[in-house]
Amino acid sequence: MPVLVYTENVEGKFKKSTFEIVSYGRAIADQNKTSLVAISIGDVSKEELAGLGKYGADKVLNVSNDKLKNFINQAYASVIAEAAVKEGAEIVVLSNSFSGRGLAPRIGVKLEAGVADGAVALPEQANGKFTVKKTAFSGKAFANVELISEKKVISLSPNAYKIEEKGASAAIEDFGPALKPGDLKTVIKEIVRSTDKVSLPDADIVVSGGRGLKGPENWGMIEELADLLGAATACSKPVSDAGWRPHSEHVGQTGIAVSPNLYIAIGISGAIQHLAGISSSKVIVVINKDPEAPFFKVADYGIVGDAFVVVPELISAIKEYKASA
Amino acid sequence: MKILVCVSNVPDTTTKITFTDNNTQFNTAGVQFILNPYDEIALARAIELTDGGNGSVTVINVGEVSTEPTIRKALAIGATDAVRINAKPHDAWFVASQIAAYVKSNPFDLILTGRESIDYNGSKVAGMLGELLDLPSVSIIKKLDVHGSDVTVEREIEGGKEVLSAPLPIVAGTAEGVAEPKIPNMRGIMSARTKPLVVIEPVAVSTLSNVLDYETPKPRGQVKLVPADDVAKLVGLLHEEARVI
Ligand SMILES: Cc1cc2nc3c(=O)[nH]c(=O)nc-3n(C[C@H](O)[C@H](O)[C@H](O)COP(=O)(O)OP(=O)(O)OC[C@H]3O[C@@H](n4cnc5c(N)ncnc54)[C@H](O)[C@@H]3O)c2cc1C
Ligand SMILES: Nc1ncnc2c1ncn2[C@@H]1O[C@H](COP(=O)(O)O)[C@@H](O)[C@H]1O
Repeated sequence: MPVLVYTENVEGKFKKSTFEIVSYGRAIADQNKTSLVAISIGDVSKEELAGLGKYGADKVLNVSNDKLKNFINQAYASVIAEAAVKEGAEIVVLSNSFSGRGLAPRIGVKLEAGVADGAVALPEQANGKFTVKKTAFSGKAFANVELISEKKVISLSPNAYKIEEKGASAAIEDFGPALKPGDLKTVIKEIVRSTDKVSLPDADIVVSGGRGLKGPENWGMIEELADLLGAATACSKPVSDAGWRPHSEHVGQTGIAVSPNLYIAIGISGAIQHLAGISSSKVIVVINKDPEAPFFKVADYGIVGDAFVVVPELISAIKEYKASA
Repeated sequence: MKILVCVSNVPDTTTKITFTDNNTQFNTAGVQFILNPYDEIALARAIELTDGGNGSVTVINVGEVSTEPTIRKALAIGATDAVRINAKPHDAWFVASQIAAYVKSNPFDLILTGRESIDYNGSKVAGMLGELLDLPSVSIIKKLDVHGSDVTVEREIEGGKEVLSAPLPIVAGTAEGVAEPKIPNMRGIMSARTKPLVVIEPVAVSTLSNVLDYETPKPRGQVKLVPADDVAKLVGLLHEEARVI
């Protein structure tokens, strides 16, 4: 019974989180001494598909169908569930991305499978129990969820599992799913993607600004710092509420949850709702002029100082470090 | 237009999360429960879409009697009527199965949920409902408009957005941008007391998952402060010690 992973692509290219889930799927397949089958939907080149072998996929099912070029939740869920049945896969793994969040529950229902969303570690499989650790209470806690159904769907949080290169090349097999007309009710009108910006949920480094920055006109230095570090930009809720930054940048309990390697918080006080969304960041740096700001209690590194002085200095220090590296 | 808004009853966002009984139960002592913030957005949009008597907004909750203040709040904000399915919400599968069973005998033109509940954060109920009802579902939307029998939504994607349309009915999970939450006024609060709140009993559902226990994140060590006049030192630490740049 192989493990099946859904490998999401962006305009024909696989992304970092795709390699994370293939590596994760490989490890689950190894736990169960079985093979790993990947399924790709859309317009992806043979080289790109075969490259999934490097991360541990034994076989790639390639669904290349004009009707399925763009993501249609209902149809993609049908295709993935059909592939799971055809392959006899009992465990289906996806990324907990925006699209993955749409797919996992639908696939779960189709397969009568328990769904563990937002997994942060490999499943524990002992004494006939299958348990997955996942985030809960908006990052304030973790829950260990036992999946007791025969089939299981797991969606993995971005940045939660390390990419491992241990495989070779994968065999590619074309897969022509049987779609129902009802699966294609949704029509995509427009896709807008800013390719020059790092996507926040997947980012390795996040530079985030709060109300301490006083106004949208002061975000130039935040963007410059982010560009230098190859980071995504983010903000606190009042900043997006005031329209200084788009809602899609708002992190926290009622925004996006992020878990980058490095989170730099500038002029953010560290309210409990903000911390909920960033607490699984590996390293946290705080720049705030108030030494009593709650954020310092959860930070790894901090600078007590005025952002308008510290950030430009940080930018020049990083430029110097880069020039010398 | 008949709109159904699914609402959950969640701990207030300021709640410090702790557990009892060997970390198997969420400690509700002293916890204030609220209407899930994303569901407030769904409710606000539903009220806008039916403004001026152009349809009705039903709120539905799967919960025990203790959730009624939250349901009354939704009525005070402007829902027309409410349904409570009298059961502890075991997991998203249980919740979606209950709501789907209700909708099968009480059809709606549009079903809204929040993008996620801030306690279990599954983002699962919308998709499961879509599948159970054989309707399109969009899990995280930032905009929603209805034109005749079609709905247009904008959904978030990594690094951008996607605009899509579908014939009604659909299921959609609302996020910020869809509407501004509404605050109940005095008239709303008064009328909420007499608006219909129907309580129905749950249907039997198989169990697919169980929470065994909870963990809280490991506390971090003491923060290392770098003097503001020596910013280069921070860069050194991030490179050599933390190894993140
Ligand atoms: C239901 C609900 C949900 C919420 N969800 C979220 C959420 O998801 N995410 C979120 O972020 N918030 C959320 N909040 C809001 C949260 O409670 C805080 O109000 C918010 O996080 C504060 O944002 P801030 O830190 O940017 O602003 P403030 O609290 O105003 O802090 C500004 C900070 O900047 C510092 N500062 C000022 N000037 C300078 C300077 N020149 N240099 C350096 N530092 C400076 C100050 O010392 C202060 O610490 C929520 C609130 C509610 C009620
Ligand atoms: N117990 C419940 N009763 C009614 N609706 C719910 C319940 N739990 C969750 N929902 C709805 O489903 C959405 C997503 O929840 P979840 O899948 O748990 O993240 C919420 O925003 C609500 O709209």
